[in-house]
Amino acid sequence: MTAVFWICALLSVAGAFGMVFSRKAVHSALWLALTMVNLAVLYVSQQAEFLGIVQVVVYTGAVMMLFLFVLMIVGVDSSDSLVETIRGHRGASIAAVSALLVLVVTMVSQGMQTMAINRDPVGLARANSDEGGNVQGIAKLLFGRYVFAFEVTSALLITAVLGAMVLAHRDRIRALPGQEELSRQRLMNPATAAGLPAPGVYARHNAVDTPALLPDGSVAENSLPGALQLRGVAHDVREEVAVTRAAELAADPTQAQEDES
Amino acid sequence: MTFNDPFWLILVKVLAIFVLLVLMTLFTIWAERRIVSRMQHRIGPNRTGPQGLLQSLMDGIKLALKEDITPTGAHKAVFILAPIISTGPAFLTFAVIPFGPEVSIFGHKTPLQLTDFPVSVLYVLAVASVGIYGIVLAGWSSNSTYSLLGGLRSSAQMISYEIAMGLSFVAVFLYAGSMSTSQIIEKQTGMWFILLLLPSFAIYAISMVGETNRAPFDLPEAEGELVGGFHTEYSSLKFALFFLAEYVNMVTVSAMATTLFLGGWRAPWPLSTWEGANTGWVPFVWWLCKVFVFLFVFIWLRGTLPRMRYDQFMKFGWKVLIPSSIVWLLIVATARALRNNTSMDTRGLLVSAAVILLVIVGISAVVERQRIATTERAAAAKLEREQHARQLYPVPASAADVASEAPQAQVVAVEAGEERNA
Repeated sequence: MTAVFWICALLSVAGAFGMVFSRKAVHSALWLALTMVNLAVLYVSQQAEFLGIVQVVVYTGAVMMLFLFVLMIVGVDSSDSLVETIRGHRGASIAAVSALLVLVVTMVSQGMQTMAINRDPVGLARANSDEGGNVQGIAKLLFGRYVFAFEVTSALLITAVLGAMVLAHRDRIRALPGQEELSRQRLMNPATAAGLPAPGVYARHNAVDTPALLPDGSVAENSLPGALQLRGVAHDVREEVAVTRAAELAADPTQAQEDES
Repeated sequence: MTFNDPFWLILVKVLAIFVLLVLMTLFTIWAERRIVSRMQHRIGPNRTGPQGLLQSLMDGIKLALKEDITPTGAHKAVFILAPIISTGPAFLTFAVIPFGPEVSIFGHKTPLQLTDFPVSVLYVLAVASVGIYGIVLAGWSSNSTYSLLGGLRSSAQMISYEIAMGLSFVAVFLYAGSMSTSQIIEKQTGMWFILLLLPSFAIYAISMVGETNRAPFDLPEAEGELVGGFHTEYSSLKFALFFLAEYVNMVTVSAMATTLFLGGWRAPWPLSTWEGANTGWVPFVWWLCKVFVFLFVFIWLRGTLPRMRYDQFMKFGWKVLIPSSIVWLLIVATARALRNNTSMDTRGLLVSAAVILLVIVGISAVVERQRIATTERAAAAKLEREQHARQLYPVPASAADVASEAPQAQVVAVEAGEERNA
């Protein structure tokens, strides 16, 4: 039990430090997840199995995952800038942290004093034996003595969810085209009935950023994804095509006349 | 609720579970290839070993010896960590799965189960939710669009279906009066929960396919859209770990279904009349058979059903599975309360409620189908009318018509163009 405590305690403190000192938001989230899992193990090792499991399911599983979802959209390469954007927030956070520190130190010293008087914390064992376990004990409290607070909290959460949905909701300007409509649209137009032309395949390039060539040697613009064209990252093959074409013409001059006609 | 095993016995159990899971994975891959082949009128791998049994072992060795590629731009530490996070929890789940009753190993009496505690079914859910991290991180750290989209899709899917899955557990908890796997099995001595709680089982069976990212819910790996999904950029041993995790997860959800609804290692009815069927090592055989039935259904589904569309799949999870499981839960809780307080027998009530619920779901499915069919017929009739009108009043060919969606006008335009060329 002591070994579990030391391993998990060190890991969770390390996770906390890692979370604070990471430059990237995703790293911070991962360190925090490490801390939470270790806290859960600590809970389980101190006979609070239900609390430990719920810690993993709710915080590590749901909250952190949603957090990661948001962060991931940011991309691998981005990191936070360290420039202070809110004026005076450094001073304010130092003040808040020292206040918290005072609070924690007071609480721990109080706890130590109580422990010194009464070495055995009787609470847990008695709570477990009275109700027949963690789950039953918590259920009795939540749905018994604190049922009103519990229901009020749930009403608050549901209101929050509805509010978020109302705020995030927007009506579509026009109906989203369905699968049937899209395929009909595609087939009815002879230019796209067989699909758009695929990107080009050449000796040196065969990626999606390489355009296909039309029979007359010009570039087929619609063989490239629109996003690549807009960003200007599409591969320019015109020069290479011109070089190849010149070489071909030099080898076989009759082709030039064919091209003319 | 530990079993007071000596340390060496715990080690033996851990090793046995690990070996069992790896063997099950190898066997399931082989079985999947053979069975799907049979369903598609092919033969499947039959060269390596008897009936091709060693094929997946050989494939595994080959996979491990391949070049390990880390793409440039990938986040290296997380890229390596992701498959480990994905595989570890898959194995961890099996710590609470009971394989059989008390047996004696080298003179020690111990249940065929590594450990158990009062909330062990919740432990399975918790560990599974940690496993999702592996997939999300794999998608993010690869620095590839396909991987990121596959990872996000996969985790959104697993989180959504985990809710339905958790709700289907609640009915079992209510009836077993416990969340520990061994006690749930004990409570199924008389009647398996699949009979008593059929809707819960149906919801679990559907959501377990979604949870493991298997066909027809294998959207994260939809080849036509996402290449390989979250593992697009993975190769060699790291890819093998993802592969292993997927198959171990399949075995895990099958074992959970067996534990919660099919009486775990208990012998099925005609066999349970035999005295020795539920003692000693024999029940392990029943457990294995039940798990194999589930694995076969997984394979069967893959051979039968096409992949669902992502929005349909999410709609199904959130708008059908979760509401219906909440309604069912309400019924179960009422029945349970009635039984606790008035000591009346509520089995008939439960079964009839289950039948009514299934009928309602069936009727609404039929109505929905009818509705879709009617709108489709209306749309087809409208199109026909429009085409008819166009034939009566031909529209003069112009460049704008070529881009429009009227087939007749295009034909006219193409013909006109040919005349001009001539």
